Amino acid sequence: MKILVAVKRVIDYNVKVRPKADGSDVDLANVKMAINPFCEIAVEEAVRLKEAGTATEIVAVSIGPKQAQEQIRTALALGADRGIHVETDARMEPLAVAKTLKALIEKESPDLIIMGKQSIDADNNQTGQMLGALTAMPQGTFASEVKVADGKVAVTREVDGGLQTVELNLPAIVTTDLRLNEPRYASLPNIMKAKKKPLDTTTPDELGVSTEARVNLLKVELPPERQAGIKVPDVDTLVDKLKNEAKVI
Amino acid sequence: MIRDQEFLNQILDTISRFVRDRLMPLEAQVAEEGKIPDDVVQEMKELGFFGLTIPEEYGGMGLTMEEEVLVAFELGRTSPAFRSLIGTNNGIGSAAIVFDGTEEQKQKYLPLYASGETIGSFCLTEPDVGSDSAAVKTTAVRDGDHYILNGTKRYITNASRAGTFTVMARTNPEIKGARGVSAFLVDADLPGITLGPVDKKMGQAGSTTCDVIFEDCRVPADALIGGKEGEGFITAMKVLDRGRLHISGVSVGAAERLIGDALKFAMERKQFGKPIAEHQLIQAMLADSKAEAYAARCMVLEAARKRDQGHQISTEASCCKLFATEMVGRVADRAVQIHGGAGYMAEYAVERFYRDVRLFRLYEGTSQIQQIVIARNMVRDAS
Repeated sequence: MKILVAVKRVIDYNVKVRPKADGSDVDLANVKMAINPFCEIAVEEAVRLKEAGTATEIVAVSIGPKQAQEQIRTALALGADRGIHVETDARMEPLAVAKTLKALIEKESPDLIIMGKQSIDADNNQTGQMLGALTAMPQGTFASEVKVADGKVAVTREVDGGLQTVELNLPAIVTTDLRLNEPRYASLPNIMKAKKKPLDTTTPDELGVSTEARVNLLKVELPPERQAGIKVPDVDTLVDKLKNEAKVI
Repeated sequence: MIRDQEFLNQILDTISRFVRDRLMPLEAQVAEEGKIPDDVVQEMKELGFFGLTIPEEYGGMGLTMEEEVLVAFELGRTSPAFRSLIGTNNGIGSAAIVFDGTEEQKQKYLPLYASGETIGSFCLTEPDVGSDSAAVKTTAVRDGDHYILNGTKRYITNASRAGTFTVMARTNPEIKGARGVSAFLVDADLPGITLGPVDKKMGQAGSTTCDVIFEDCRVPADALIGGKEGEGFITAMKVLDRGRLHISGVSVGAAERLIGDALKFAMERKQFGKPIAEHQLIQAMLADSKAEAYAARCMVLEAARKRDQGHQISTEASCCKLFATEMVGRVADRAVQIHGGAGYMAEYAVERFYRDVRLFRLYEGTSQIQQIVIARNMVRDAS
């Protein structure tokens, strides 16, 4: 079984994000970048499937600037077998990413596509679903457990009411939630070995995908600073304040 | 010298993340229990932390000096006990074999050190042999195909975990100084080796040291490193520059951690109606610490690059060791001062670091030994 894993280059989750002075976008100058945490979980899941003997090959894909190869190398160090970099400096929206992935799926014919449910930069949570629609593949989103057997994948999903398990025919798309697994650290020898693993590059143009933006980014600004809260002596005061001051009940 | 920037970034990323997410949360526990949990030791083995400096052809990473100090900056940010665990395999515990071992010794031991399967420990210091390190009293007397070792080694790091000891012992009692000393690679399970009780230290709990006592310990003649008598001490000295720069790098990392903790505290703690970070006398302590840590960082990197270029850096390494370790002492003192009463409480990491970093001024040559090395070299070069 062949698995395609999508990984995205995003601002490291430990970095305090700031807008540019003119508010035109997030300031990325000299900011530490890393693999999106949900994508890392996706890689880990693929590697576990390979270690269990279920998967035979893992292809890691990233779409983005030249430096996105660093995130592919990270995926290779974690255990992916080869990488594909779709190089573009365009601001890729979920639909463009889904179309690009679809083009790669047509070339690679994976049995399973694992990707993060969303990226921590734009928090769109759309790409997996759009890819499902474009490819007409079944999708299991927000996975907290993935079991592959007999040409099917059972995905336990974290939904508002609890857990829901769906069974999908392969090939299928799985998007990962936080509790699916705890990704390993890439070992230093594996980082070294990853240098030698194959990494192909292509472009959206070559794949025949338009990267044209459909959403205009107007302004990026910090949320208003939160006012300090107050302590109330008892429940009655709380209810009174909610009713009469906050007017929410 | 950085061989491949992208590759190095990945290594540094992994290490800094492991330090931040895995090791830092364990600091208080390790200090309390005096022991690094076994699963963390195992993880550090699997991640390849034990083979940082061992050449690639023997299963290590073969880090250059510049790469190694960049790693040391990261490792310095957490309790020195963790660094100490991997310190001997990456330094004095393996260096004699790396520099002067026969090919057979390298093939046999270096892959085991690189994977962490064997911990290498280094036995030079003795009850009467500290700064005057060439005065080794432990003896190795040839007896047929063996040498017989007798003597006591003191404050030996990782001795309780060690699979091998690099032992400095006098093979020629006629020669009083360094030339009478040879280095032996001794398997720790040989009869005639006993360990003393674990030393009670001021800080660095979790890093263990103890006496190693050799009583008529018979070691095979091929345990003589390099196969030649009288080379042992010269071998030991070859690793000194590297070790000194490494400790300097760890000191820089510790200083940066302390500054981070002090700054965070100063920005949150309010007195006289504003965060203490806005009071100028606190700011002076923060600024002095930052400037000194930055100076040390620059020194260490510069000296490391020079060593990678093949220059003799005995003076520079001692300058770095002297400045960086004294610097981290001052920074730790200020970090406690900025914390005020809280800085005296075990609840805050600065209290622990204050004790931990004290050792840096003592081992791998005291500050006074560094001063002597620097001044002697100055006089020698000028005459």
